[in-house]
Amino acid sequence: MADVQVDARGLNCPMPIVKTAQAVKGMASGQTLEILATDPGSTKDFAAWSKTTGNEMVEQTVDGGVYRFVLRKK
Amino acid sequence: MSETINFVVFSGTDDKLQALAVMSAGAAALGKQVNIFLQYWGLRAFTKASIDLDHGLADEAGADGRAAVDNLAKEGQASWADTLRQVKELGEVDIQACSLSMDLLKLEEEDLDPLVDGTEGVTAFYLNAGDGQIVFI
Repeated sequence: MADVQVDARGLNCPMPIVKTAQAVKGMASGQTLEILATDPGSTKDFAAWSKTTGNEMVEQTVDGGVYRFVLRKK
Repeated sequence: MSETINFVVFSGTDDKLQALAVMSAGAAALGKQVNIFLQYWGLRAFTKASIDLDHGLADEAGADGRAAVDNLAKEGQASWADTLRQVKELGEVDIQACSLSMDLLKLEEEDLDPLVDGTEGVTAFYLNAGDGQIVFI
């Protein structure tokens, strides 16, 4: 179970990343964040965001059009 | 200082302003400083009198484009102004009115929506842009 959850299902780009970045700002280093999204650009966007910001992607799954990511704050 | 991305916003139609909001959101989420310089009709869209109105779409949108944009809004897509408000909470986003366009449109700072941080000339814009990319919308 992640420390923080963000439900971005139904939101268009760029809102899933905006909500994620907002959530991460309020987290402590080492805490984990689970995000659910339906935006089809999510896979590439979250990979790029993780790589650029240094917040590690620890899990990534797709199930029935719902993308699920777990990130660990740097 | 982190890298900057700099938008010169000339156009004031809702589709181009939505593109501005999306591009700014991505940059701010990646930790870049975003500088937005408002000119002409882009500035006019950021006035208190105008910000919540329908600003139309670029001519190329046509009737199909209008329907597509209306459909996204109906599905709950945030307006460009609301997106920019969220983006300003998220990161470093500075929105400045071009002083020449303020004169052109006979505007005072109190006529502008609170999203706008102040007024500056083009030299200050270039100074703040530094070596960052400049995008004209």
